[in-house]
Amino acid sequence: MSTKTNISPPFPSSLIERPVHAPIHVVQPSKGLFRLDLPATWHYRELLYFLVWRDIKVRYKQTVLGMGWAIIQPLMMMVVFTLVFSMFAKVPSDGLPYPIFAYAALLPWTYFSEAVSRSSGSVINDANLIEKIYFPRVLMPVAGVLTPLADFVPAFGILLGMMAWYGLSPSWNVFVLPAFLILALLTALSVSLWLSALNVRYRDVKHTVPFLVQLWLYASPVVYPVSLVPERWRVVYSLNPMAGVIEGFRWALLGKEGPDFMVMVVNASMVLVLLMGGLIYFRRMERTFADVI
Amino acid sequence: MGDLAIRVEDLSKLYRIGLAASRHDTLRDAIADFGSKISRFARRPTASKLTTRNSSSDTFWALKEVSFEVKRGQVVGIIGRNGAGKSTLLKILARITEPTRGRAEIHGRVGSLLEVGTGFHPELTGRDNIYLNGAILGMKKVEIRRKFDEIVAFADLERFLDTPVKRYSSGMYVRLAFAVAAHLEPEILIVDEVLAVGDGSFQKKCLRKMEDVGKQGRTVLFVSHSMPAITRLCERAILLDKGSVLQDGPSDLVASSYLTSGLGTAAVREWVDPEKAPGGEVARLRAVRVKGQDGKTAETIDIGEPVFVEMEYDVIKPGYKLLAHLQFYNEVGVHAFSAHDVDPSWRRRPRPVGRYTSTVQVPGNLLSEGTMFVGAGLETLDPVMVEVYLLDLVAFHVTENLSSSHSARGDYAGKMGGVVRPLLKWSTKLNPQSD
Repeated sequence: MSTKTNISPPFPSSLIERPVHAPIHVVQPSKGLFRLDLPATWHYRELLYFLVWRDIKVRYKQTVLGMGWAIIQPLMMMVVFTLVFSMFAKVPSDGLPYPIFAYAALLPWTYFSEAVSRSSGSVINDANLIEKIYFPRVLMPVAGVLTPLADFVPAFGILLGMMAWYGLSPSWNVFVLPAFLILALLTALSVSLWLSALNVRYRDVKHTVPFLVQLWLYASPVVYPVSLVPERWRVVYSLNPMAGVIEGFRWALLGKEGPDFMVMVVNASMVLVLLMGGLIYFRRMERTFADVI
Repeated sequence: MGDLAIRVEDLSKLYRIGLAASRHDTLRDAIADFGSKISRFARRPTASKLTTRNSSSDTFWALKEVSFEVKRGQVVGIIGRNGAGKSTLLKILARITEPTRGRAEIHGRVGSLLEVGTGFHPELTGRDNIYLNGAILGMKKVEIRRKFDEIVAFADLERFLDTPVKRYSSGMYVRLAFAVAAHLEPEILIVDEVLAVGDGSFQKKCLRKMEDVGKQGRTVLFVSHSMPAITRLCERAILLDKGSVLQDGPSDLVASSYLTSGLGTAAVREWVDPEKAPGGEVARLRAVRVKGQDGKTAETIDIGEPVFVEMEYDVIKPGYKLLAHLQFYNEVGVHAFSAHDVDPSWRRRPRPVGRYTSTVQVPGNLLSEGTMFVGAGLETLDPVMVEVYLLDLVAFHVTENLSSSHSARGDYAGKMGGVVRPLLKWSTKLNPQSD
């Protein structure tokens, strides 16, 4: 207590240079449903980059195979599916070799399932950040769906190799592929916005996600062609955006019959609605994250 | 508004008691609770009912109608005991949590530092973590790149830049983390007790850096339990108690009234009025004091020196056997140990009426660095009756002078951790025949 030193500035504080237009933040209880606050989120875009960069860098640390895992997972699934569904169960594959038929679906599917698992746990996995620092929380689920794109690239390389092996050459349709990938990304994000926010309050979500992803796999034409789905169920079936994504991948890469345009429009609008709902729900729940987590 | 940095108006925050402990972890609980939630929604508390414990029982106001203004360039200390609302206030101003009522205006870029090393990833190298932590604290990539060398020099860790931080000692970790934070250049800096970590000389370096921040005309809000740090760094202090502002003024005045009011835990606690002294029918506690080797009251004790804690109490009803005891807790609430009076002079002997003093000597080189909070108790034996049992009556700081060589630290300069730090006997020898 004895070491008091006077540190107040020796000149009036008004003389200190400062920016004329200092930003003003107002902190108060938030009202209203629509509080998306996109400018603030854009301001933090560099943090989004660093969150993705961190997750990619850390992902295969202390593993022997490293990036190899990005390829092994879909490849192993392809082998298992080929054995079980093609050789034992004789599931048809619309005239394509079953391995490539399955792999072309596993490519977006692996991305999707990884994105949902990662993103739905993104908020609780970084609980420490939530409690100690402010930034738009929505960056966390967004980073969660961006990170697995790093695995998509090498896995895609393998597909090109397989296509060469089977003597299949991609048509111009391949340039539409990014659109289907974006649809998969937005589907994963819209689901994860709901799940990651729910996860903060109800840890049940953590246990539900693997199960949900598993069910979703069988509700999507990964191991079987859509032609196997009974006609009267087609409409309901095509409400699943991942069905559109997978059919889209097979069409763009393997030149299979194209997906119905109307179905794609329905899929895209469904994802948009789900996404908007997820965003609003997330922003609403976000206020209490630090208190509840 | 030109000179204003922060304006806080009637800021209040309602918490649900046991939110952390008994929140709905499962959907089943939530469904079961759904009904009561609807009824709670119907009677939301109103401003007129702002009491510490809301009458609807399971909520409390962590912050109640707090208002103050901070001018640009002011360095303001926030003090108060644990649970006074200091951290809640900082969290609201840092936009981590929302207030329940009221508002705050913040003019300028805010940087908050509620913990050093937030977001550090153990698997990443020191270099990577500088970028990651900087970005999390709100720095731009170009800004981090520009200050990179300065940060590394401040932390003094050039040689370990490409080592994953999980291999760092805790001292190195804290140094790196603080170095990044110290180079954050917001107009308004919000700092929670972060100086409590790190070794003595690095702490001094950090305090100097904080002084510089103040001198550069930036606004700082600073929470600390260390009154010397508050009076040294801040011109003004705000004392919070039970969520409200109790006092606001020059830091030395506020700090000393905090320490003497009994709100803060000082080295001495006395009850002059026997009517108000805590106790029962048999005995009353009159004073608890912390003293150094020289017999004078002491707030700060060197780690190598013994500390004496003295209880003074009146026996007002004769014929009872009495046990006096003290409870030692550290600043994070870990119960370090209990000390029970074992002096044979009055042990198991019925006591006549009178004033007693029981003193315990805690040897040097037993406690860790940090603050110890001492509670006291008095109870009768057969029949057992608790006359007094109060925690956090007095406190003292155990500090360490790094240049002294008589502590258990050895030649290590980083953070040691642990509740106790006994000086133990070691022997190390070279074995002549080893393979």
